[in-house]
Amino acid sequence: MALLDIEGLSVRFKTSSGLFAAVEDVDINVDRGEVWSIVGESGSGKSVSMLATMGLLPWTAQVTADKMAFDGQDLQQLSSRQRRRIVGGEMSMIFQEPMSSLNPCFTVGTQIDEMIKQHLGGSRRERHERALDLLAQVGIPDPARRIKAYPHQLSGGMSQRVMIAMAISCNPRLLIADEPTTALDVTIQAQILELLLRLQEDTGMALILITHDMGVVAETAKHVVVQYAGRQVEKQDVKSLFAHPRHPYTEALLSALPERAGDQDRLPTIPGVVPGQHDRPSGCLFNPRCQYATEHCREVEPVAAPDDPASTLCHYPLDHPAAGTPPSAASSQDSPPQDPLSSNPPSPNPPRPEVRP
Amino acid sequence: MSRDAVLSAVNLTRHYQIKGGPFSKPATVKALNEASFELYPGQTLAVVGESGCGKSTLARVLTMIEPPTSGKLTISGHEVSLKEGQRPPAALRREVQIIFQNPYGSLNPRKTVATMLEEPLKLNRKEMSAAERREAALEMIAKVGLRPEHADRYPHMFSGGQRQRIAIARALMLNPKILVLDEPVSALDLSIQAQVLNLLADLQEEFGLAYVFISHDLSVVRRIADDVIVMYFGQPVETGPAEEVFTKPRHPYTQALFSATPVADPNRRRERVHLKGEPPSPLAPPPGCPFAPRCHLATDECTQVDPPLEHVNDQVEVACIHVDQAAAKYAEAS
Repeated sequence: MALLDIEGLSVRFKTSSGLFAAVEDVDINVDRGEVWSIVGESGSGKSVSMLATMGLLPWTAQVTADKMAFDGQDLQQLSSRQRRRIVGGEMSMIFQEPMSSLNPCFTVGTQIDEMIKQHLGGSRRERHERALDLLAQVGIPDPARRIKAYPHQLSGGMSQRVMIAMAISCNPRLLIADEPTTALDVTIQAQILELLLRLQEDTGMALILITHDMGVVAETAKHVVVQYAGRQVEKQDVKSLFAHPRHPYTEALLSALPERAGDQDRLPTIPGVVPGQHDRPSGCLFNPRCQYATEHCREVEPVAAPDDPASTLCHYPLDHPAAGTPPSAASSQDSPPQDPLSSNPPSPNPPRPEVRP
Repeated sequence: MSRDAVLSAVNLTRHYQIKGGPFSKPATVKALNEASFELYPGQTLAVVGESGCGKSTLARVLTMIEPPTSGKLTISGHEVSLKEGQRPPAALRREVQIIFQNPYGSLNPRKTVATMLEEPLKLNRKEMSAAERREAALEMIAKVGLRPEHADRYPHMFSGGQRQRIAIARALMLNPKILVLDEPVSALDLSIQAQVLNLLADLQEEFGLAYVFISHDLSVVRRIADDVIVMYFGQPVETGPAEEVFTKPRHPYTQALFSATPVADPNRRRERVHLKGEPPSPLAPPPGCPFAPRCHLATDECTQVDPPLEHVNDQVEVACIHVDQAAAKYAEAS
């Protein structure tokens, strides 16, 4: 039985102009001790799907799922009191901005202590010992002094270490890290990622890393979910994802990486922008930006083939033995990279509005 | 290198005085220390380093937003000599333009694109008529890959990538020779980042612009830079042609920075050059080499002398007394 088992998760927000589907039909299956990564650009719903799992979304969100289970417990059936016992304890989360996630009015020690008190209990002295232990474990020098520090006295890297200490304080079995290093410098990022992986190995917890950085994915995760505009477009093992991306979006994203562009004069680009609330195209959500898109893609929403291990959300998955690439693909594949000055490719469709009304 | 440099900086330094308060003594923050380089038309000079290393201070000094505390800045053959609070001559200000990191904060939300693009002309080209200005703005809008109907829209109606295009268009309205780009793509999504980088490359070719490209993203820098300056704690620690610096980093900090950068290749597993601790506080600089407390090669000598930049060959300069040892160790590891 998987530790976290989510099927068909959808999140819709009530907005003044109707329901907005931020996440639609996401499946994720995380086993004990696995390292997963959810990768996508802004607006791909990667954070929202995990916040929904944690139950941290505001009341305007409608969360529905065919299945949403943590360690065999159905999260949708639990009362909020029961759910709070899991969240923060067995399932815990780290956020992007360490500076703004900590309460500025309380010392680091008080904030860690609160977590332990809620979930594990114990005497004041035991909790204090545990907090000191945790700070040492996440590599904070001189924990006895730092435990009395207020968040403003800590650097970004140190604050993130404190956040990690809080998150692992109750020995979680699943840790969700939402862009844990985006606000940090690269040398500090390397330290924090190393720390997360070390803790993951030592404790055997499962780790879900939400990121937009393909480099971070390649160096940390074992399994990857790629999201685009709220949809999960493919799910693969990290090595095969980088070697054989199945979805055209993943392929395009990887080739837009400066380090993978090689000696080409210009970087290959993905024309257009991620669709927002009001400019969702019909058919496949990626079709206006896809170099392989056909009339079929513009009309019919794709579903993942049941026999596809990567559950690619595409009518014409790449490298698929059963379905060859469409005829138009061969020619456009050889064409030179898109010139950014004419950023929309000639298409029979009228140009999609790129602005909000 | 026989061509004339469009910008040259000699020992540019910028210090800030921090006023003392009831609980603290006055102090000096050395935000930028002795940066020297030359910039040629059509070339890109990249400045890399972590936050607090003086990259943005350098941008502010180069764009004459702030005068240097000491050192010499020459733009298009004219020396900029400034006292505190004095305005640089308008002719020089037109030559250097800046593009900021966050396109959400750098555009006035109450002005349309066309108004923003026409404003520099209104102030600097008084002879132009309204119709001419409008025409120039529309031409620039097309150049940066936007459509004519975008001219009368407001910034909130655009996506991040489009806003960055507007910022680029605005910077180019006065035909500058130098563009200072302060982290121009780090706020953008990957798919948009490539579009903007290509646009910058096209514009550089067309106008022969010189770029000072400030970034912390090494994969982007490697792609576009001709020359690189690596900065740490306000001072350049390694400078040279990009290819040379990227293939053979010689300063221990450059090596650590490169090895800390994640590479999008799951099959590659490298030995990291480990970097302990965090950058020092600018209010309490360590004695000697500022990198010594985090450096794996540091010896007692390092805490006594602050090494100056020295040539290791005719192109590359490194500020480290153990440069040979560091280079040898890196070559061995990789």
